[in-house]
Amino acid sequence: MKDLLTALTAVVAGIAITAFVYWLMNKIVHLFPETIKKKVEPFIFIGPVLFLIGLFIVVPTIQSIRLSFMEEAIDGSTTFIGLQNFRDLFAEDYFPNMVVNNLMWIAIVPILTVSIGLAIAQFANNVGSRAEKIFKSIFFMPMTISFVSAAVIWRYIYAYAPEGQDQVGLLNTLWMKLGGNPQAWFQIEAFRFNNLLLMVILIWLSAGYAMVLLSAAIKSVPEDTLEAGRVDGANTGQIFFKIVLPQIWPTAIAVFITVLIGAMKVFDIVLAMTGGNYNTTVLAQTFYLEYFIYGNTGKAMAAVVILILAIVPVMFYQVRHYRKFEAAR
Amino acid sequence: MNVTRQKKQGRGSFIVLIVLSALWLLPTVGLFITSLRAKGEAQTTGWWDVIFNPFSQNWDLSSYITVLTENKLATSFISSMAVTIPATILPLLFAAYAAFGFTFLSFRGREFFFSVIIGLLVVPLQGALVPVLKMFISITDKTGIEISGQYAAAWFVHSAFAMPLAIYILRNYMMTIPNTLIEAARMDGASNFTIFWRLVLPISVPALASFAIFQFLWVWNDYLIAFVFVGNERPVLTYTLLAMLGQYGEGWQAVAAGSFVSLSVPLLVFFTLQRYFVRGLTAGAVK
Repeated sequence: MKDLLTALTAVVAGIAITAFVYWLMNKIVHLFPETIKKKVEPFIFIGPVLFLIGLFIVVPTIQSIRLSFMEEAIDGSTTFIGLQNFRDLFAEDYFPNMVVNNLMWIAIVPILTVSIGLAIAQFANNVGSRAEKIFKSIFFMPMTISFVSAAVIWRYIYAYAPEGQDQVGLLNTLWMKLGGNPQAWFQIEAFRFNNLLLMVILIWLSAGYAMVLLSAAIKSVPEDTLEAGRVDGANTGQIFFKIVLPQIWPTAIAVFITVLIGAMKVFDIVLAMTGGNYNTTVLAQTFYLEYFIYGNTGKAMAAVVILILAIVPVMFYQVRHYRKFEAAR
Repeated sequence: MNVTRQKKQGRGSFIVLIVLSALWLLPTVGLFITSLRAKGEAQTTGWWDVIFNPFSQNWDLSSYITVLTENKLATSFISSMAVTIPATILPLLFAAYAAFGFTFLSFRGREFFFSVIIGLLVVPLQGALVPVLKMFISITDKTGIEISGQYAAAWFVHSAFAMPLAIYILRNYMMTIPNTLIEAARMDGASNFTIFWRLVLPISVPALASFAIFQFLWVWNDYLIAFVFVGNERPVLTYTLLAMLGQYGEGWQAVAAGSFVSLSVPLLVFFTLQRYFVRGLTAGAVK
């Protein structure tokens, strides 16, 4: 309870202090002559945020990149060792597996999430508006669930007990009904089956997100373009693929990119389900393991730099996309 | 003929959606049922048995009582609140201020700085974690002020990482405010400071609400920042839950109950404020 009080005090004090600082800066800037004021004033508005972003995101990220070329002694001093951290990371037994896993995540999760989201959005568009609302809530609800809770939820599905013991996992029960023996699902490395099982969880969590955005796009498709298709005798499939899909394509791409970034950064699910064991590790999990468990700053930073490098192209795409969007408005 | 075809289509879609939504709900329903079962039963039979014979079952709430007291989940609940509330509210004013600057003021480098913010929308958190942690520790060494391990550390980091998305959502919203309104206020001699507080901030409340919901859920559900900056002295729910997952002795029903405790708040937020949440999402959620 005391903690909650601290938090509430911080909220009130924090807002009061920020408001006061902004007010004070505003007073000061008004003491200057008009020409200087006009130049300085915008930075009163954006300055504090630029400072926050610089201090907590930009500078630390650059420091991480620097650290990836350094060896850190116990006393915290660093010496430049070139690419040795990267070589060490590449030499780890798990490294090739990790790369394949990450590639699988980004190749499989976004496409399935968008497809499922699109299918649900399209089906939901055909039922009455009340049913549509209820269905949408159901698919959307997992979005609010934390990765850790999702991992707990899915452990009940994938649970395993040796043969002859009581099975409480849904998947194993179904499997045994079909005549199979109980399986330790997470240990099935053939075709990276266990990785696929983890991916199902992220798809379950994010399909609702795709559905919401794609549904909004489907609803904004002009009715007369659909009508024109019907008049020309197009069937339901043709109308969807030839008329609706091209018009909602930009939204589909935007959703795809967002889910792609999520899949690149995937971490909590792997940590909570397998801890990266049985060849399920990914970049973000490697960073966590190397830094917080093994204390290998160098290797951890090398993993982070690879993650950043992977995201840079997406970043440029986003900025360019935004510029185009901005120019169009 | 058109009408009958549409009706048929509607019925087909309805059946598909029923099947899919049952699949989608199944995991969560299973968790909920498990959390209400007695320990012995949850360990030996699957939760779906309950659906076929609900009265053979000993329903009990003891798992909830156990996790809230013995596993200190009640304390974690408070910790999660203490991390989440400030980390949701504190960034709002900063972001609104900056969004105002980016929308209504012209200055050199505006496009550049905004492009940087767009780029930072996708930058991975992991890239900044270690140096920020080192910074907090060195501040403690020099001044004796503890930051890491306190809630404040998480507030700072969450606030900073919320900035790009918050500014993006708020700016998109502010751009819909007619420029003539702002010009009129300027004509009347209002300063930018006054225009922000009296005009733009009140109009922007819906966008602020959308972002706040998004940020609340994000912080509540976060594991990594809470683990790194608050840690085990004040474990938040995700932290405690992950620790419980490692100890099967507690039994299935205990972890399920714990999970539901942590789910309760997001679900409540979701069902009461769904409309704002969806609006925030369509306004540009790219995290």
